[in-house]
Amino acid sequence: MDKSVALDLKKITKRFGNVVANNEVDLTVYKGEILAILGENGCGKTTLMNMIAGIYYPDAGHIYVNGEEVVIRSPKDAFRHGIGMIHQHFKLVDIFSASENIVLGIKDGKKYNLKDVNKRVLEISQRYGFNIDPTKKIYEMSVSEKQTVEIIKVLYRGADILILDEPTAVLTPQETEKLFNVLRKMRDDGKSIIIITHKLHEVLSLSDRVAVLRKGEHIGSVKTEETSENELTEMMVGKKIELNIERTDCLGLGERLIVKDLNCFNEEGVKILHDVCFSVRGGEILGIAGIAGSGQRELLEAIAGLQPTESGEITYIDPNENTSIDLRTKNAAEIRDLGIKLSFVPEDRLGMGLVGNMDATDNMMLRSYEKTHVFLDRKNPKKLATKIIDELEVVTPGVSTPVRRLSGGNVQKLLVGREISSAPKVFMAAYPVRGLDINSSYTIYNLLTKQKQGGTAVIFVGEDLDVLLELCDRIMVIASGKITGIVDGRTATKEQLGVLMTKSTSIFEDAEIELNRMKKNDEGGAGNE
Amino acid sequence: MNKENKASAAKEKIKKEPLFHIAKRAPLPFWKSAMIRVIAVLLALVVCAVVCYILGEGKVNPLELFSKLFEGNFETERKIWRTLKDIAVLLCISLAVTPAFKMRFWNIGAEGQVLVSCLASVACVYYLGSSLPNGVLLLCMFGAALVTGILWAVLPAIFKAKWNTNETLFTLMMNYIATSLVSFFLIIWTPDGSSSLKEFQIGQLPVVYNQYLLLVIIVALLTVGMYIYLKYSKQGYEIAVVGESQKTACYIGISVKKVIVRTMIVSGALCGLAGFLIVSALDHSVTTNTVGGRGFTAIMVSWLGKFNPFIMVLTSFLIVFLEHGAQEVSSDFPAINSAFPSIITGIILFFIIGCEFFVNYKLVMRQKEESAK
Repeated sequence: MDKSVALDLKKITKRFGNVVANNEVDLTVYKGEILAILGENGCGKTTLMNMIAGIYYPDAGHIYVNGEEVVIRSPKDAFRHGIGMIHQHFKLVDIFSASENIVLGIKDGKKYNLKDVNKRVLEISQRYGFNIDPTKKIYEMSVSEKQTVEIIKVLYRGADILILDEPTAVLTPQETEKLFNVLRKMRDDGKSIIIITHKLHEVLSLSDRVAVLRKGEHIGSVKTEETSENELTEMMVGKKIELNIERTDCLGLGERLIVKDLNCFNEEGVKILHDVCFSVRGGEILGIAGIAGSGQRELLEAIAGLQPTESGEITYIDPNENTSIDLRTKNAAEIRDLGIKLSFVPEDRLGMGLVGNMDATDNMMLRSYEKTHVFLDRKNPKKLATKIIDELEVVTPGVSTPVRRLSGGNVQKLLVGREISSAPKVFMAAYPVRGLDINSSYTIYNLLTKQKQGGTAVIFVGEDLDVLLELCDRIMVIASGKITGIVDGRTATKEQLGVLMTKSTSIFEDAEIELNRMKKNDEGGAGNE
Repeated sequence: MNKENKASAAKEKIKKEPLFHIAKRAPLPFWKSAMIRVIAVLLALVVCAVVCYILGEGKVNPLELFSKLFEGNFETERKIWRTLKDIAVLLCISLAVTPAFKMRFWNIGAEGQVLVSCLASVACVYYLGSSLPNGVLLLCMFGAALVTGILWAVLPAIFKAKWNTNETLFTLMMNYIATSLVSFFLIIWTPDGSSSLKEFQIGQLPVVYNQYLLLVIIVALLTVGMYIYLKYSKQGYEIAVVGESQKTACYIGISVKKVIVRTMIVSGALCGLAGFLIVSALDHSVTTNTVGGRGFTAIMVSWLGKFNPFIMVLTSFLIVFLEHGAQEVSSDFPAINSAFPSIITGIILFFIIGCEFFVNYKLVMRQKEESAK
């Protein structure tokens, strides 16, 4: 098929300090195709795309759009050449409507007329099969709708080359399929779509060609129909690897943690957990699935004593003495002082689990310093750090390198290693493989399984449904702060999880908020009298 | 047609590659970053010389200017001791504010905390001086200075911990209260209406070798102590964790509120010590200008020294050196404007802080082959 070149990159290089993010990358994108950029985290996918979109400026190399060499110094330049990027994190004004966000910042010399804008937005929507109300405010939108606004924003500006940075990370399987249909329509309309992802099955179902990056270099491009999952993995990692998660049988121990009717409000006063009930046994992995921001973080933080809760019970059952302790009203320090062996790998590694500017030793000390008296003991933490670096194969210049200089996978190994070192009875991990390369991810999965085999109750919040289904004994689905189902990990299907993830009745929710407001008013009124 | 426009726009753009762009540097080896800093200081001196030449209308020789900078600090033994004394006082206040800033508690109230401690010390002398032996009086002064220093520091901390008030505004306000209190008491204490208190002869620290040596020794010990406190003590570690990330602190069960209040007690106590030393070893009196902005300069010393007490010795030396040197210059060269000392200090600090950019980033110039096209 004769296709003309839309975008051509020649020998693009970008360095950050002594890290080479992209090394002499050549890449060609044709008109009317979907190109998937595949690669492990930290291989330079996003950096490369940011250079095309004008966020970064390349240290060396040339960019050609439609055969002409161009210099892209800013996103404005990129738009001038018909390049638009949809970022992972949306950049929208919450209190504006969709249309208002879409025209924001456009200087086309035309008079600002929202009606015309609405009309054009609808035109674009119909053309590609979007489903959007141009007058709806952003804060009333779901994540998927917000993404739609971002895409239309780019199309409205006449972009012919669209770059999507991990667009499916925040979507349910159903929403993902919808998005893919839209992208296919755009392709058929002659647009070039570049999609960054590290999910192989998405690459195979959507793209026409795949470009694989490894350690900042372009390893090669292949036609999707001529490749396989195994070949792509090999290209990504550089060697053949076995991708199997071993799922051992549950040990069938007693319950370790029972959560009952837990209710919780977040800082903005929005109810984030509704009557959450579940329990975990020793020697099992309980997976938690759900769209990002459905209350997973708050749930784990509530158990760890970091998130104040409204009502309910969090009961910890000591396996040795069979006593139960209510953790709900206790903070992290009180839980620690009770000698409860509860480990928590939070989502935000460097912002919560570790201190980025401190070295490995001092980070190990976070969990042990309290036991010392006036002065610190750095000997044992140093020993622990050395041991973790050895056993988990952490790549670091040494125990005294600030951990923020390590890659995501190595940071995570240090954190998980520290949390495991206390031989926990309950082990919680929120998105422990986010941003990790394939090998590190499997190291983490295996560590979780090992904990389970040792009789620990493991709670694992994950985003990749395939992994959840392979790893967990039971999977609990949370949607808008409610538990919509707990299924058996061995028999459940992805579709089943997808349905549970979106199963929330928003009318019910609104009614409840209204009810709460009335209650508060009543109390206020009573107080006045 | 649209595409043609784009193409022509593209053509036009080719020539306009930016002259240079900024790129992040790899962490430099120590000697390289030290080189950058030395070059910055040298450049700053060159600029100072040029400014001096212009302001002096050609009558001032820049080389002579630099020798004057040194003379201002080291010409006589008396001048050397004066330099040491000023370093000691500035360093003492800087050490006091350091734990708070390391905790990222924006305490700009050291000025007031020190001043109010000076006031408390003087009050002890004024009201108790005649009835107590010198040793007991000194203890009273020390105690009073400590208590008031802590009070001034801990109030904003408690409000911050309880109601999350803004500590910067709060500590700033406390400065004004301290200044006003001093004015108020000076009026009461000076019935003749002169509003300036005579230096008193009691309540003085003993003279060891000379008036300043004891002060220097105390501050030197304090420097070592603070280094150990921050680096090797449990509390110092907690301060570092809270400063880096309050979330991490909560996560591992540090009570952030407790640490904020406790650290401000330490900080306030050291400000109290500074106030006590100023009164008992140096001034033997108090005015609204006793601290003279050193409470603010201390913040700069602390940050420039990256909260390391030993580096702070160097940064406080730098600032005192510049101040004394510039005073010497302006008194010896009447041709030069009296604002010259501040100008020199400003230029040098600008270069020293500015060079941090070059330690962390580099400029990548437009490539030759492309500009040749």
